[in-house]
Amino acid sequence: MLQSFKMAIRSILGNKMRSFLTMLGIIIGVAAVIILVSIVNSYMSTVIESFASMGVNQINISVTNTASRSLSEDEMYEFRDENTDLFEYLTPNVSVMMPLKNGNDIMSSSVRGYSEDYMGIKDYELYAGRNIAYSDIVGRQKVAVIGYYTATELFGSPDYAVGDRIKVGNTSLKVIGVIERQAEDDDDFDEGGTDDFVWIPYSVAMSMNGSSQISSYIITSRDTDHADECTEALETMLFQIFRDDDLYTVSANSELLDELNSQIAMMSAMLGGIAGISLLVAGVGVMNIMLVSVTERTREIGIRKALGAKRSVIMQQFVMEAAVTSSIGGVIGIVLGSLATGAIGTAMGIEATPTPAAVAVSFGVSVGIGLFFGYMPASRAAKLNPIDALRSE
Amino acid sequence: MNDRDDNKNTNIIEYDTAKPREKSEKQRTADKFKEKASGRPGETLIELRNIYKIYHMGDEDVRANDGISLKINKGEFVAIVGKSGSGKSTLMNIIGALDVPTDGEYYLGGEDVSDMTDDELADIRNRMIGFIFQQYNLLPKLNLLENVELPLQYAGIGAAERKERAMKSLERVGLEKKWKNMPNQLSGGQQQRVSIARALAGDPSLILADEPTGALDSKTGKEVLGFLKELNAEGNTIVMITHDPSIAMNSKRVVQIMDGKITFDGDVEKYAAII
Repeated sequence: MLQSFKMAIRSILGNKMRSFLTMLGIIIGVAAVIILVSIVNSYMSTVIESFASMGVNQINISVTNTASRSLSEDEMYEFRDENTDLFEYLTPNVSVMMPLKNGNDIMSSSVRGYSEDYMGIKDYELYAGRNIAYSDIVGRQKVAVIGYYTATELFGSPDYAVGDRIKVGNTSLKVIGVIERQAEDDDDFDEGGTDDFVWIPYSVAMSMNGSSQISSYIITSRDTDHADECTEALETMLFQIFRDDDLYTVSANSELLDELNSQIAMMSAMLGGIAGISLLVAGVGVMNIMLVSVTERTREIGIRKALGAKRSVIMQQFVMEAAVTSSIGGVIGIVLGSLATGAIGTAMGIEATPTPAAVAVSFGVSVGIGLFFGYMPASRAAKLNPIDALRSE
Repeated sequence: MNDRDDNKNTNIIEYDTAKPREKSEKQRTADKFKEKASGRPGETLIELRNIYKIYHMGDEDVRANDGISLKINKGEFVAIVGKSGSGKSTLMNIIGALDVPTDGEYYLGGEDVSDMTDDELADIRNRMIGFIFQQYNLLPKLNLLENVELPLQYAGIGAAERKERAMKSLERVGLEKKWKNMPNQLSGGQQQRVSIARALAGDPSLILADEPTGALDSKTGKEVLGFLKELNAEGNTIVMITHDPSIAMNSKRVVQIMDGKITFDGDVEKYAAII
């Protein structure tokens, strides 16, 4: 075994150019598998991360027809309080029809009415001031919590916002709090971005809209593993009220996450598979070269057999050579693939690390290819008749 | 090569005949025969009984060996002579356990070689036969020592013992100082000496030389023949295949083959009388 390993190394070194070209196929194949799978996984995990920051435990309820039967906040709060083991935060979600004004300019900031829970749902921290309180909702206090960008735009600096007033439509609201900056890049710190919003008590938003009913709620599950149970409980409750499941929709963000995850898995399997085909082609290349090598070394095989080499010995020699060639190719491919993954990741602006599974699988596959594709040429060599082999030039 | 025998002046080399690997029943029987054979010169080493080798060429059957029976004893130096196409190469392949006959029996050291499998034949070749080829057949990418080590390697002998025995074999042909050289750095005569060293390394019962001087000029050819004689004088059994009757004159017994049949078998003196 050790002997045939030494012989394999020697033969590879003895034919450097050819060995390198044989390996090149494996190198490219392995590197391609690692790069594609790792980049896709790393890219997708950044997507998931940003998705998760949107709240994977969030479940949105919207009632499509409020004319026939409505869903009051009392009913929702009652339901939440009965199911505290499943649910955590709850807030009505009321879109305000009127825009935020800066002097006479209309701003595109989102203006929505929420309960005091919304900050918990978003997992935001205050930069200054305080959050909307239950008393603000009950007392219909004209107050607002605003985003860092909004505060900067309106007041020059978020430090001067609290205590000052803003105008939404014709209603003047007192700024009671500013939320910490969320955007990491300056590119994202812009109009309509994550830091450009106005939250007001939902009761105030309703009266500003002139409506008495709430058509949308956000509720959060205590933990994402029980997302299905939560959705089910909500749907049961809603069906009891509406008696028609066309009148409402329940959509859990975790469902989207599941969907996203399965799509990622599919995509990485597909790209990995395409790269895998190049590995297969590389394997055929190994087989081709080994067949040439066997033909070229017919006389050597004849001499060895004449001197007493058994079939298994010859077999081992050639299989070993193929396996060592493709393993070396595999290792080089892994190194190059890992380096390239980092470089491409940097270029794409994501943190890309080679997936251990991709490394392990592609190394295993390259060794396997050597064994598999080396077998046929090796068995041809082993079966050579020593007389014919000795006669060949 | 620090462990090598420093006593370079001696030509007599004592090999350790006890093989370190585990022996099968068959091998043990074979070893018994070998011991017997080397123990008592004159005992039968090769016995061919009615050997036929028939090749099918289209519709025609070519009888390369057409009923050959032959006995060769331990310690003999036999030349098998025949023109090209006479069947002498086929006979050599059968004697050398490189091929099996279509019909007939072949006993080598008491073992029936006639219907052995590929691997069994390889084992027989390895243990009992030392080949000397016309084209030397050294492996060009191995140095001299490694070339001589090959049969020992296939016999499963450990690296240290292998090196020692191979080096002694090289000393025997006077090339121990060049052990690191590659075959293509040597002259034809030297290469043939290396192939003799390789043939001797495994301490075989039979040395089978196929046109050993065919690729050499007459002077180095004579040297090689002298060497074979010397080996024979030391008790080695030698079978030499040649097309050249004058080369055959160096042996003690001549077997002439024509059209797959033995047409003469006798002492070299008698052979000299008929040519």
